[in-house]
Amino acid sequence: MKAYWERIHNGIVKENPAFILMLGMCPTLAVTTSAINGLGMGLSSLVVLAISNVVISLLRKMIPDEVRLPAFIVIVASFVTVVELLMEAYMESLYAALGIYIPLIVVNCIILGRAEAYASKNPPLLSLFDGLGMGLGFTIALVIIGSIRELLGAGSIFGIALPGNYEPIAFFVRAPGAFLVLAIVVAIMNAIGIKSRANKVVEGCDGCCASCASSGCDKKEANV
Amino acid sequence: MTSLIMIIVTTALVNNVVLSQFLGICSFLGVSAQKKASLSLGLAVTAVLTVASLVAALLYQFVLAPLGLDYLKTIVFILVIAALVQMVEMFLKKNAHAIYQSLGIYLPLITTNCAVLGVALTNVQNEYTILQSVIAGLGTALGYTLAIVLLAEIREHIDEEAIPAPFRGAPIVLLCATLMAMAFMGFSGLS
Repeated sequence: MKAYWERIHNGIVKENPAFILMLGMCPTLAVTTSAINGLGMGLSSLVVLAISNVVISLLRKMIPDEVRLPAFIVIVASFVTVVELLMEAYMESLYAALGIYIPLIVVNCIILGRAEAYASKNPPLLSLFDGLGMGLGFTIALVIIGSIRELLGAGSIFGIALPGNYEPIAFFVRAPGAFLVLAIVVAIMNAIGIKSRANKVVEGCDGCCASCASSGCDKKEANV
Repeated sequence: MTSLIMIIVTTALVNNVVLSQFLGICSFLGVSAQKKASLSLGLAVTAVLTVASLVAALLYQFVLAPLGLDYLKTIVFILVIAALVQMVEMFLKKNAHAIYQSLGIYLPLITTNCAVLGVALTNVQNEYTILQSVIAGLGTALGYTLAIVLLAEIREHIDEEAIPAPFRGAPIVLLCATLMAMAFMGFSGLS
């Protein structure tokens, strides 16, 4: 049981994908114009991450090593398509708000990264919890950034307007605001001693999707 | 003709793929430490993105749309892009070894560069013709190259400055991107 909780804790705190590993930056910056969009994106990624982790883990002995990356991509892409169609059917407003970033979950570094670093080497149940932990960590990060941007840029949080006369600073819901908020959040975390791995990532692993899915980055995940 | 020029201006400057669409952020932040490497990556992305837009548009127009397999586009596009990157790599290795060596590890990285898949999907969404798709791909890639080379230029100078400790590493790079994004917002008057 302890091992399962350790996975969740690892995903949310120790290796938070957005803040510590600096993976999945595109959705982190693009869809966090409001807290609710961040939550929607986070939960969609969580579902894809958890299910594809389980399936990849179940198939890990069958997939030949040489073609594992294309195989992982096809598995992930199938579940993304399922999530996309479900969203289009049942959550139309969120579907419209997230737009192209839903199919782009396929190329989210976190998902392929976890498939390669964890699910392809561990049993299904542990992989499920690894996916849930990483997904939750990602969701929490997106909601934090989304809340800050919505609060400053639109004067509301989860769509509920702030009391009093607050003049929203539209800058924060525009593109540059995303970079600024993330820069400051990471700087604050650095200042209080939560070391982001991005400092290393920028030199070594490019912080990039592909490099984390490829063998060059296994060192980084060695402690998993 | 003017509409094609408009597409280039829009995709390269107004809706810059990195600074306003947030696609390809990973490599934008990761591979921008040196100008030479970032230029190589920019050129590799340009080649792949343009060809990928063409192939994706052809596939969509002649295979997926007529057969009503619209919902398969994400899977098909990502596989096509992966295969294409692989083929470009093999082609360069055989026929242009110098370019191949200067691109080095950056070529395989492009598969998961979300800009490539993003453009293919946006082209479908905008109902572009095949020619328009290729032009949009080229424009996007030029915008990407411009952004990453500019950031690399800035970062080469930052290295010599005394930056407050908490801002070292990723935050200062993100701050540079903030300022660049603000500058690129100015282009929105062009559209």
